[in-house]
Amino acid sequence: MELLTNVLAATVVAGTPLLLVALGELICERSGVLNLGQEGMMLMGAVAGFAAALSSGSLLVGVAAAIMAGIAMSLLFAFMAVTLAANQYAAGLALTIFGTGLSAFLGAGFVGSSIDGFSRVAIPLLSDIPVLGRVFFDQDALVYTSFIAFAVVALFLRYSRGGLLLRAIGEDPEAANANGLKVLLVRYLAVAFGGGMAGLAGAYLSLAYTPLWTENMTAGRGWIALALVVFATWRPERLILGAYLFGAASILHLVLQGLGWKSSTELLAMLPYVVTILMLVLLSWNPARTRLNTPLSLGQPYRPGS
Amino acid sequence: MGLCMTAAIRLKLENIVKEYPGCRANDGIDLTVEAGEIHALLGENGAGKSTLMKVIYGVVQPDQGRIVWNGHAVHVDNPAQARRMGIGMVFQHFSLFETLTVAENIALSLPPDEARNRSQLNQRISEVSERYGMELDPRRYISTLSVGERQRVEIVRCLIQETTLLILDEPTSVLTPQEVTSLFATLRTLSKEGCSILFISHKLEEVRSLCHTATVLRQGRVSGDCQPAEISASEIARLMVGDDTPISTQVTAAEPGETLLEVRSLDWKSKDPFGTSLDNVNLDLHKGEIVGIAGVAGNGQDELLKALSGEIRADAGTISLSGQNIQTLFPDQRRKLGVAIVPEERLGRGAVPDMSLADNALLTASGQGLVERGLIRSRRVREFSREVIRRFGVRCTGENSTAGSLSGGNLQKYIIGREALQNPRLLVASHPTWGVDVGSAVAIHESLVKLRDEGAAILLISEDLDELYQLCNRLGALCDGRLSPLAPTSELHIEQLGQWMAGEFESTEVAHAVA
Repeated sequence: MELLTNVLAATVVAGTPLLLVALGELICERSGVLNLGQEGMMLMGAVAGFAAALSSGSLLVGVAAAIMAGIAMSLLFAFMAVTLAANQYAAGLALTIFGTGLSAFLGAGFVGSSIDGFSRVAIPLLSDIPVLGRVFFDQDALVYTSFIAFAVVALFLRYSRGGLLLRAIGEDPEAANANGLKVLLVRYLAVAFGGGMAGLAGAYLSLAYTPLWTENMTAGRGWIALALVVFATWRPERLILGAYLFGAASILHLVLQGLGWKSSTELLAMLPYVVTILMLVLLSWNPARTRLNTPLSLGQPYRPGS
Repeated sequence: MGLCMTAAIRLKLENIVKEYPGCRANDGIDLTVEAGEIHALLGENGAGKSTLMKVIYGVVQPDQGRIVWNGHAVHVDNPAQARRMGIGMVFQHFSLFETLTVAENIALSLPPDEARNRSQLNQRISEVSERYGMELDPRRYISTLSVGERQRVEIVRCLIQETTLLILDEPTSVLTPQEVTSLFATLRTLSKEGCSILFISHKLEEVRSLCHTATVLRQGRVSGDCQPAEISASEIARLMVGDDTPISTQVTAAEPGETLLEVRSLDWKSKDPFGTSLDNVNLDLHKGEIVGIAGVAGNGQDELLKALSGEIRADAGTISLSGQNIQTLFPDQRRKLGVAIVPEERLGRGAVPDMSLADNALLTASGQGLVERGLIRSRRVREFSREVIRRFGVRCTGENSTAGSLSGGNLQKYIIGREALQNPRLLVASHPTWGVDVGSAVAIHESLVKLRDEGAAILLISEDLDELYQLCNRLGALCDGRLSPLAPTSELHIEQLGQWMAGEFESTEVAHAVA
């Protein structure tokens, strides 16, 4: 029981960075913009967060710096992909390559340093619930932030006027423009939200998950997040499921190794990626539901008034 | 028309001029619309109707001229301002979001405070739609609505914003005859309540039955004002096209020969959940006849064309040409057997916009000796292309002009000509005169009839009922992927065809006759 509880708690921790970045990308894609720069923005968030926390001694300053770094990167992307209506795929890939290189360059001096990362804060009463209390309510502040972010995104999409605008623009920017909606502004905001969330996810890696900086420490989570959004058919409920599934699989491979499972570690390390994608592919079979949630204009540059 | 003489003037346009590079779209247009008046705006494509509408709705700004709205001179800066003033517009291409509900679509165009309370909004939508006889369920997704219902959403969206001038751009082109009747009833109710309506159309009989007054445009100028109920359709047509263009084709009776095309129990399942599937389509086509397929857009017309051309492979059933089963053949193999296709989209499927006319000829006519041992014979390509241009009166600077630079009518003449010169046994043409000027439409109709008289079998897919009745000797309709029986045109009443377009085939088995 003790083991199970700890495994589940670790699952939530492992799934959190993925949940954060994928929620941001979900909002971004719902506006019709595909940003393949998640990995680069996460890395920039991670290095900026670590550097700021180390020099200021404040984790909150670190988190703020990470979010700002993510937003700055995403605005660079938005300028190319939204204002200049450049190819979104190329601009996103460029952003990832740029972020990977720049973060390695900026972080070179921080390799080997360490800080005291976020520690667990038990929420009174709720954390006393057996199993669930430890799993969900005895975690660090950024995990709680991810719960709130999930709730906000899900409610925003379903019930708010802003969510309606976002969905409309993602489906058909031409029609949205004809209805007098501000397509470019909404797309900018959506891209910036995605950037901020990617930065926050990066900060989670360098300030909480493993409180240090190493080059390329995101290990492809940005790419998994992109796949997650697609296979979750742009629905937040499925996204959180997929993120924790990924978390569970990545913990499972550690547990299996610990139990003396004799298999190649490379194969085991692949497990979370394979399991997550397989599950989501199986879940996204219903074409009618998928069609209702798919932003039709995804990846297509839009120039107003042509 | 005593009503109109005494009513207040809602909108007055004075000397509107709008110039685009190389073309003066509006050249000093005056127009007056009174309160409660249904005013038709007539003209061919390119006559300046759309530009004038965009000026009124604030999409473009006029270079000169005055707009007077309820007695005050105004500048309409953008559509949002036009809506606030009480001007609503329903475009030919709807601006609706398929994955949102009716209520959500309407909420998007309302000020935030009016759209916040969703149940109150649903209530308002139901009230307005009931009052004007346009049944609508606010909770349904647009993707599940027919085209006619979508148009209602657009109109209700305007009415909910207290519109006093409703602009409708070719509203009947997507409706069945029954839907047209009910739309007209709605418009008459609105007019009685004092709402002015600007009705853009090129269907003269409709204008004559609905509109109080009409303004006819030709080449950016007003060529006449009239009371359409009091003059004949051909007099109006004369105002639209000028004196030197023929208005219609004289079609001789067809003399059908033996059966050429046989389609039996054709089924095809669409992979797109919102797409149309073909369901048990049966069709016979004889040499020397034109058979028409009517139907509202999106009911399987495109799918039927693709199944015949070979672009999609049907799941079940047979297609045979003179007894040979061609169901499993690829498009190029079918083409070699004499199947010619004129698709609905001229640019993109019928022709490549950035390529020259000569290169476009090569796309389907390569079998006419234009390619030998894998090499292109450019001289023959140019000759073939020049022959098409000459024989079919294509107005262009020569075979080197790009397809995209031609007007819709001229490009269509070129595409039809390209297919006709290959002496097809079967020609499938989809909406061949859609968006084409009257002169070109007449030329296209003449080439189709000529091809028919030379023994070809022609399947004409169209939404233009006048065209179908004029050219075809048998008619049927597609609805939701199912094909109605085919009946001789002379015996098929338009009411009956309307029922077929709406999917009511059952009561009509008796009328099923193979000519």
